[in-house]
Order: sequence, then structure tokens, then C-alpha cells
Amino acid sequence: MGDVATRKAFGDALVRIGADERVVALTGDLKNSTHVEDFAAKYPDRFFDVGIAESNMIGVAAGLALEGKIPFACSFSAFITGRQESVRLAVGYNRANVRLIGTHVGIGIGDDGATQMALEDIAAMRAIADMAIIQPCDEVETHRAVDYLLEHPGPAFLRLMRQGTKAVHGEDYRFEFGKAEQLRDGSDLALVATGGLVQESLVAADELAKEGIRARVLNVHTIAPLDAETIARAARDCGRVIAAEDHNVNGGLGSAVAEAIAESGTGATLKRIGLHTFGESGSQQELYDKYGLSGARIADTARAFLKS
Amino acid sequence: MPGIATAADVGSLRELSKELRVQIIETLVEAGSGHPGGSLSEIDMLVCLYFGGILDYRADQPDWPDRDRFILSKGHCTPGYYAVLARAGYFPEKWQHTFRKLGSPLQGHPDRTRLPGVEVSTGSLGQGLSVGLGMALSARLDGAAWHTFCMLGDGESQEGQVWEAIMSAGNFRVDGLTAIIDNNQVQQTGLVKEIQDLDPLADKFRAFKWNAIEINGHDHQQCLDALRQAKEHKGQPTAIISHTIKGKGVSFMELDYHWHGTAPNAEQGARAIAEIEGKA
Repeated sequence: MGDVATRKAFGDALVRIGADERVVALTGDLKNSTHVEDFAAKYPDRFFDVGIAESNMIGVAAGLALEGKIPFACSFSAFITGRQESVRLAVGYNRANVRLIGTHVGIGIGDDGATQMALEDIAAMRAIADMAIIQPCDEVETHRAVDYLLEHPGPAFLRLMRQGTKAVHGEDYRFEFGKAEQLRDGSDLALVATGGLVQESLVAADELAKEGIRARVLNVHTIAPLDAETIARAARDCGRVIAAEDHNVNGGLGSAVAEAIAESGTGATLKRIGLHTFGESGSQQELYDKYGLSGARIADTARAFLKS
Repeated sequence: MPGIATAADVGSLRELSKELRVQIIETLVEAGSGHPGGSLSEIDMLVCLYFGGILDYRADQPDWPDRDRFILSKGHCTPGYYAVLARAGYFPEKWQHTFRKLGSPLQGHPDRTRLPGVEVSTGSLGQGLSVGLGMALSARLDGAAWHTFCMLGDGESQEGQVWEAIMSAGNFRVDGLTAIIDNNQVQQTGLVKEIQDLDPLADKFRAFKWNAIEINGHDHQQCLDALRQAKEHKGQPTAIISHTIKGKGVSFMELDYHWHGTAPNAEQGARAIAEIEGKA
């Protein structure tokens, strides 16, 4: 099976759940990039393209949600985050069952460059009370997450990647909202990752294993509410934790993990892998190598961390 | 259930406006903060909407599925809105004594999770019409006959999102949606025409494929006629440009931006009430 982008998996999943008449979809002229076009073709009455007007898209989605629909409002994550005031009031404060679908996250989008790379979206969404944040790492997990979002009570943000990622999960995977998934056991170090950095962390863990270093790998598909207990347990068991995300290091998964560790009182040490700057154009592999997000670079960081 | 107002009823709607203007002042004096200007400008229209047989609702069953929806997008104008909701029977009028106090369902800006009758929580200007459009689209999807009314301020219409909503509602031809612009001419720090002029507002709506009606928003008969036309108009959303006076009914507040968000003290309140009641 080839690599599949989570945005593509989302589009497929939306068509699959589209038989449920509560489901409606919206976009701001990005039905192709967000892969909502198959839903639009199959259910044209329940699809609304508001044009390049994301604030309005978010508000219209809130109105539909307050009337019992389950709207999936789809755009690049950078543009959804840019309408934070509409997200905060129309969706958040109104407790509207809107699913904000933010695609093209992180430097992993590659050539398009910095303006399209959402590196602040997790931070922005984490600051909104009761906003669920889910970032699946592969196709199967995306399908399960979308299934879950049919029934989730309240606002939710689904963070999706442009680039394809390798399958981590088989068809028998059971998605548990709010629970971090342990993919590898180990007690020398914990790699706590989300999205495509899960696969990179698995690469790093394999490299480290060859050197006798046993790294625990956690897939944090639900960033809010965070599974603080599983993270604190990893901190206690391993003593050293690396948080890895394709996002700015401030306010994202690394910050959430820092809070969880600090509040658990374990005294473990933490390294945050993520962006300290804006991104730039380049291939995904080049960018992941340059900014320390590739499996090989995560392994380097881990080795240095273990020596410190 | 409110009945359709007859010509004779217009007199009683006028009386009700007067009564609720007094309540607005009383509530503001007691709270010590809040927004008198826009509450006094919107009240005649709200009275016609809720008590003139336009809005279909059941106050004892706020979630009645077939009710018409109303959104106060200019969410700061709660003293007028709450006075209307209380009189309509959504909650006891004495709750107005708790306005803006800790634990009160009568928040400074309306909160749908705390107060019966409030459809949408608002307060960041520019967002209500988008939400109203979403509701109207939902009704259309379901083949439901209920109508969505959304009241905006003229100052509020300086927000870009308002024009995004107007553009898409026009293109979607959503005739289940009516925007009421409480065109009271004044915003927080001055005259709308001096800060960012919106004229010609009705023409702008028409250019965005809306039906537009201009009326004197303090003339109850004109309000009733416009609201009825809006509800019946097919093929387009309707905008009612309701020309009003910020602070209407209290001479020292009229068209003075200082009364946008400042509550009268007891002495000013007494003078205001005397004027409203025609005893000044």
C-alpha cells in the first residue's frame, strides 16, 4: 500500500459517512485541495462553497450546527486559524458542533512555502475552551477519527496533512478519543509525537534500537483533551521525553507535554522538536532534515539528549 | 401566541415601546454599566417583531422546532433585547435586576447556553449574519418554513465578515433570511458617517442581490409592514434598513456617542424616565 495523505483519507471518509443526512460540508474555494470534492459531487445539496471568505464559512457552519447539522468546514489550517475570532465565538462559545478541518499543516507541505504552512494552529485551538483537537497520522486513523467526529459532542478541530504518510495502523485499529496510543515500549527515552512525526519517530526508534536504546513511542492523535496520564507515566518510566511535531514549539504538542510532565511532578526532562521559525519552500524531506524533523535527525537529538 | 397587529394595535405597540424604554433605563441604572444608545434605537423594531405578530414563537417552549429564529448580532444591546424576551415570557421580568451580575443568566452580551430565548451567543461584532445564514440554509435543506431574522448595527456593518455573509446569502438566494440594520447613525466613538461611512447602504445590499427596504425604524406601522414584506419575499434575502436615532426617546442621549456604552446614574435615569413617560 502506497503512502496516503490524511486529507485524502478524510475526503474518502466524508463520502462514506455522507449517507447520514446530518452531514454537511463547507469550503472556501478549496474543495480540491481539502478533498471535499467527492462529497460535493455526491451530495451537492449539502455542500456549500462560500468562496474565499473563511470567516463567513465558519459562521455559516456554526448556524448549521446549531440547527442539528454536523458541518465539516474545510480549508487550509493557516486560514482557519487566521479567523480565530470566528472560531472562538461562533463555534467555541456557542458550543456549536462544528468540525473545523484544517489541511496543509506544517513544513511538510513543502514547495508552497511558509505562508501556507500552519505552524500555529494547534496553539490557537488549544487556547479555546472545550475545543477537541485530533491529528491522525495515517489513513486508517483518519477514517476512525472522522467516524468518531459524527458523534463527538461539541466543537472539534481535525488537523490534516498535505503529504502522504506510511500506514501505521491496520484495518483492525480501534481509535480511542482522548487516549495516547503506545506504538513501541521502552524505558530509555519516550518519543511523544503527533501526525506525520509519529512515522518519523518510529524511524528514529528503529535506528536507536540498533544501538541498544529502547525508546517508547506514543502517538498523540488527540492533542486536546490531552492524555496527561499516559504522558506522565512515560515521563516517570523513561526520565527523558522528546515531544515531536510539525508545528511551532510554542503552544503545540511540546507545550502540552511540558505542562503534563510539570504538573505530574515526575521531574523528567523534556526536549521539544518542532519549528522555532517560519518555514520555507523545499521538498518535505529536505525541510524535515533541515529543521530536525526527520527520523534520522530525531535519532540524533535523542542520542545527544541521552548523553546530556 | 402573538396575534397579527391591526391598525388599532399599533397604539398599544407604541405604549409597549415606552414601557420597555423605561425598563431599559431602570436596568442600566441598577447595573451601573451597559449600552443604552443602541437599546433605545432598536426597541421599536424588536417590539414589532415579537409583539406585532411577525415572529412565530412559544416562550414556554423555547426549542419549539418550527419557531422563527432571531439573532441579535449587535450583542451589546442586551438591555432592550432582555426587556423584550422577558415581556414575551421567556423568563421572569425580575431577572433584569441581575443584569451583568455574577451568576446571572443575563450576561453583558447574550449567551444561548444561559438564557432561554437566545438562539445565538453574540458580542464580537460582524458574526451574527453568517450564523443566521447557516440557520436559514439548514431550514431550506429540511424544507422547513421558519424564518431567520438577524439584527445588525450600522457601525457593525463596517466588519468585513458582514459583507462576506451578504455576498453569499445573495448568491445562495436564501429567502428565509432577513437582515435588519438598526441604522442609528452612531458608533462607539462618533458618527458612522464620519468614522467609516456606509451610505448608500440599501444600494449596497441591492448590488449584492438582496431585496432592500428602507423605513423609519421608530414608526411602528412601517416596521410591521417591512417585517411582513421581508418574511413573504421570495427568491432573495431581504434587508430592512431601519433608520433610527441612537438613544431615541431620551433627549440628552440622542445621537450622542457618549451614551453608546455608558449607563446613566440615578439622577440621569430619573430624568430619562420622566422624558420617556412624557412628564419632563
